[in-house]
Amino acid sequence: MSRQANRGTESKKMSSELFTLTYGALVTQLCKDYENDEDVNKQLDKMGYNIGVRLIEDFLARSNVGRCHDFRETADVIAKVAFKMYLGITPGITNWSPAGDEFSLILENNPLVDFVELPDNHSSLIYSNLLCGVLRGALEMVQMAVEAKFVQDTLKGDGVTEIRMRFIRRIEDNLPAGEE
Amino acid sequence: MADAVLFEFLHMEMVAELWAYDPGPGGQKTSLSVLESMGFRVGQALGERLPRETLAFREELDALKFLCKDLWAAVFQKQIDGLRTNHQGTYVLQDNSFPLLVRMASGLQYLEEAPKFLAFTCGLLRGALSTLGLKSSVTASVAALPTCKFQVVIQKS
Repeated sequence: MSRQANRGTESKKMSSELFTLTYGALVTQLCKDYENDEDVNKQLDKMGYNIGVRLIEDFLARSNVGRCHDFRETADVIAKVAFKMYLGITPGITNWSPAGDEFSLILENNPLVDFVELPDNHSSLIYSNLLCGVLRGALEMVQMAVEAKFVQDTLKGDGVTEIRMRFIRRIEDNLPAGEE
Repeated sequence: MADAVLFEFLHMEMVAELWAYDPGPGGQKTSLSVLESMGFRVGQALGERLPRETLAFREELDALKFLCKDLWAAVFQKQIDGLRTNHQGTYVLQDNSFPLLVRMASGLQYLEEAPKFLAFTCGLLRGALSTLGLKSSVTASVAALPTCKFQVVIQKS
């Protein structure tokens, strides 16, 4: 079997239902495994991070996006290319900080929460926290330390879902001589 | 529309985190039960949502064909390669290049790891059948990656 042929650069599209349902089963399981929601949030973020560091490879191979020179460019790529490619949605970008090191992603419909109702006793659960981990992990692999967190969530009665992205610093790598 | 890669990575991460979560006295078998039960829950829901037309599942075989065609297509964007039965409630579903194993190896490398990557799908099949009104037990076996067989035994009530 050639793995190459299967890999390709073409994307295989699937209904997001399977992903949404699987994610739901995961959150349910973690809520059973851990006593408090904070630990579930942490675990989701960690798993997201592990996914992000792998997903970035897939993304770069398929998207032909080069190195971003500033955070604004990064924001555009995340919202218009990456979210579109993987979740089929294009979040809006707003609320730039004056320094240009913070912005918000506004998700009008978050595919992860399609069939979800948050019970009252999980008020501090950040249901889609996996996404924050994915963003952080993926950007870390392209030398950007960022912080991603949910500041609004439709599951909690907010009008929109908002992920706040904050650029912390550029990660200096010991690159081999002659490589950019 | 979500991208299939996303499901694959999520599944990979679930396997890594949860396969040994509940190491009961039964060893390996118990340790995969968490993944299996998650698959079951997802399968139940997919079993409800996928048969859009009023398909009449007149016989057991129709339900199994549904798994091979519609369920597999929804989950793995392909149909299963072979369906065999002894006409006594035992079915063997064979996939010659099971997508969750395809990236791992072709041959015997990582054979010991393979069962971890099948538990969720076993549950998926069992869950979908349960929605269609069939109680079953599903096991999977791999002789050489990425070919694998799922054995479905329908339990007569």
